[in-house]
Amino acid sequence: MNALRSLVLKPWIWSFVATVIVWLITIMFTGGASAAGLSQAAFTFAAFSVIVGIGQMFVITLGPGNIDLSVPAMITLSGTVTLKLMGVDNALILPGLAIAIGLGVAVGIGNYAFIKLLRIPPIIATLSMSFIVQSMAIWTNRGIRIKPPALLADFTTSTLWGVPNVALVAFVLSVIAWVLLQKTVYGRWISAIGQSIPAARMAGIPVDGVRFATYVLCAVLASICGYMLASFSGGAALNMGSEYLLMSIAVVVIGGTAVAGGDSNVPGIWGASLFLFLVVSMLNTYGLGAGIRLVMTGVIIIAVIMVASGRKRGRA
Amino acid sequence: MSLRPAPVRRWPSFQPGEAVKQIMTGSSHLVPVVEAQGVKVSFGAVRALAGVDLVIRPGECVGLVGHNGAGKSTIVNVINGGLSPHEGTIAYEGEAPGRHGIASARNHGVRCVFQELSLCPNLTVIENMRVMHRALNGWNWRSKAVAAITGKLGEIFPGHRIDCSRAVGDLSIAERQMVEIATAFADVGQKPKLVILDEPTSSLDASLAEQLLAHVRTYVVGGGSIIFISHILGEVLSTATRIVVMKDGRVVADRAAGEFTQAKLVQAMGSVVAEKKDARAARVLKSTAPILSLPPRGGRGMPFEAFSGEIVGLAGLSGHGQTDTLVDLFHSHSGNWLQRSNPAVAFVAGDRGYNGTFPLWSILKNMSIASLGDVSRATFVDSGHEAELGEQWKRKIEIRTQDMDNGILSLSGGNQQKVLFARALAVRAPVVLMDDPMRGVDIGTKQEVYGILRSEAEKGRTFIWYSTEMEEVCICDRVYVFNAGAIVAELTGSDISEDNILAASFTEAVASKAVIGGSIA
Repeated sequence: MNALRSLVLKPWIWSFVATVIVWLITIMFTGGASAAGLSQAAFTFAAFSVIVGIGQMFVITLGPGNIDLSVPAMITLSGTVTLKLMGVDNALILPGLAIAIGLGVAVGIGNYAFIKLLRIPPIIATLSMSFIVQSMAIWTNRGIRIKPPALLADFTTSTLWGVPNVALVAFVLSVIAWVLLQKTVYGRWISAIGQSIPAARMAGIPVDGVRFATYVLCAVLASICGYMLASFSGGAALNMGSEYLLMSIAVVVIGGTAVAGGDSNVPGIWGASLFLFLVVSMLNTYGLGAGIRLVMTGVIIIAVIMVASGRKRGRA
Repeated sequence: MSLRPAPVRRWPSFQPGEAVKQIMTGSSHLVPVVEAQGVKVSFGAVRALAGVDLVIRPGECVGLVGHNGAGKSTIVNVINGGLSPHEGTIAYEGEAPGRHGIASARNHGVRCVFQELSLCPNLTVIENMRVMHRALNGWNWRSKAVAAITGKLGEIFPGHRIDCSRAVGDLSIAERQMVEIATAFADVGQKPKLVILDEPTSSLDASLAEQLLAHVRTYVVGGGSIIFISHILGEVLSTATRIVVMKDGRVVADRAAGEFTQAKLVQAMGSVVAEKKDARAARVLKSTAPILSLPPRGGRGMPFEAFSGEIVGLAGLSGHGQTDTLVDLFHSHSGNWLQRSNPAVAFVAGDRGYNGTFPLWSILKNMSIASLGDVSRATFVDSGHEAELGEQWKRKIEIRTQDMDNGILSLSGGNQQKVLFARALAVRAPVVLMDDPMRGVDIGTKQEVYGILRSEAEKGRTFIWYSTEMEEVCICDRVYVFNAGAIVAELTGSDISEDNILAASFTEAVASKAVIGGSIA
């Protein structure tokens, strides 16, 4: 009973509860036929949201006003540039990954330079950055679709013991993120900054250094996501990142991370990512029109957030 | 270090009632505008007013003086209806004490000009008039407001150049103060009978201040009443008809202004310590190089220096640059991009909510945040080591909690403050900066902390301590007195006394005022 109560108090539990409900409803509708397939697809697509969402979560944890809107452009740029550089050469897979990380570092530095040197709010700074990055992607791509190296395409689309490889990668990155947040000095620092910048500064925390590192981390994760997503879908497209703008923020919020900052939550990102994919699949299964589907998605997301935040208010 | 409570010295010839009688003889037929009797107010454990009697009659300007925390603002807030007294009564215009509140005070013609400017910065001057004066209504309220405010501004500050259609936020601080004053004096529907001016001249330059004081004098001659609060004693002496001196929540002197001189006022405000404190030898520390130093702030006043093992006090009236100095010292000795491996400074916040506590965290995390480097290995926080550090400080400074994992906000204010002390003392930094950290801390805790400070200082730590409490400043080895953002005096050893500090706090202000007085006379 006590264990159950402490479970109910976890902020991430609600996204998992919602996920299980939606999964059951969908399976019931199809008569249990597609249980394995649906689950695999859910984990595959959730993996990409998880990777981007973790980066966004670190940034949102920095406190009110902190957000990275350059994420979709970063995904697109990383996908187009790395596939172009790798050609279809299997030998260039690892250098391609290194380039993806390098691109992420560069964009992260650019983001924080805008925020710090030009003193513009992060929401504007990263949005401006996303235009620059998107233009670079258009300039690199020129409408040519290049296939990923065969080995990388195989890796991203296959499974290990029934679990999609991309989900395993996302899981490893999540564990690293969780350790970083919960166990290290850096994790304490970003939580402190998210609660109060003046207090963090006067406690001796290098506020600028930590914020800078966090924006770089977010861009790098988005870049890795772009690299994998382009390989998974057999080539980069200029709109491949666009759905991840809302997605990266939605998974953070539904996952129980405090929008006001200071309190982050890695498990919730998984619940939220799976949930968002399954909601769309469920509505698809029912064969609803596109308009109704979008409306329903919005209503369901709002409902989950209200349930989760109502619980918090009750406790306080 | 023992501290004896400062004896409250009453003004020699003051007998309650006598001053009242004195005034009564001249104007006994007048009904008082406000009559406060036995007003007591406490904020938690802090007693702000300990039984204050104050009568304000028509046609008098009452100067209210006393150092920070004497209760001036509190009594003013009781009179304007913002605070309800926990004991005692407030009667307006001789009516039986009835419903007390801001609306009732306003209905009796009580107006207030606050020390913290209270206009809405995003609204225009005219719109602010409407906010203050409900009577401005109807379809042409704007033109009525324009007439009232421009008339009053012209009357008080002839030659002003304020465009009343501009947003208040676009005006200079002095112009805002002028608008606020004119708004309070404006006669819209109902004449103001008592105008409370709380530090009205602090942001006005000399000529504007003199215009205001001249207006106050004519207003009083015309039968209005003023409560005039100012730290510039020359102004009070030249303007007030009667002066009330407050100290520690009591009225300690209440006499006609003519009976005071500047020296007598300063003396009445501070408690004169009957005997010399245990003469602490002014420690010879200056032989070595200073551990911290700052050039004179803004190129004015004296430079700042601190030596190893010293407790340096920062004194003066609040908000005169002490906190800014501490923040400057901290920022110039800690990295904003990379943390130094050996921290040079630690900071104890006085404004806990602003730059002290992390509200989402436990007591332990709040305490250990500044010394995480010492309790972690290869950036991984060692939770066992952290808990050990927490227990050690919990014992040492007696943080009253069952479990250091409880939320920080579960503690009382005084205990939260102890956590902030523990946070700073646990850092290996040789210098600790303290920003008036004893606000709202009870006397027992204070004694504990004083003891810790003394013993740490003997081990060679340096403390730089801004305090608004005289007794605390008097424990320091050396004191810098601030005025208007600059250091105006340095006191050491037995020179550190309430009198000397008070006198020094007024040096600059008095000097600049004397010049103005001369030009007017």
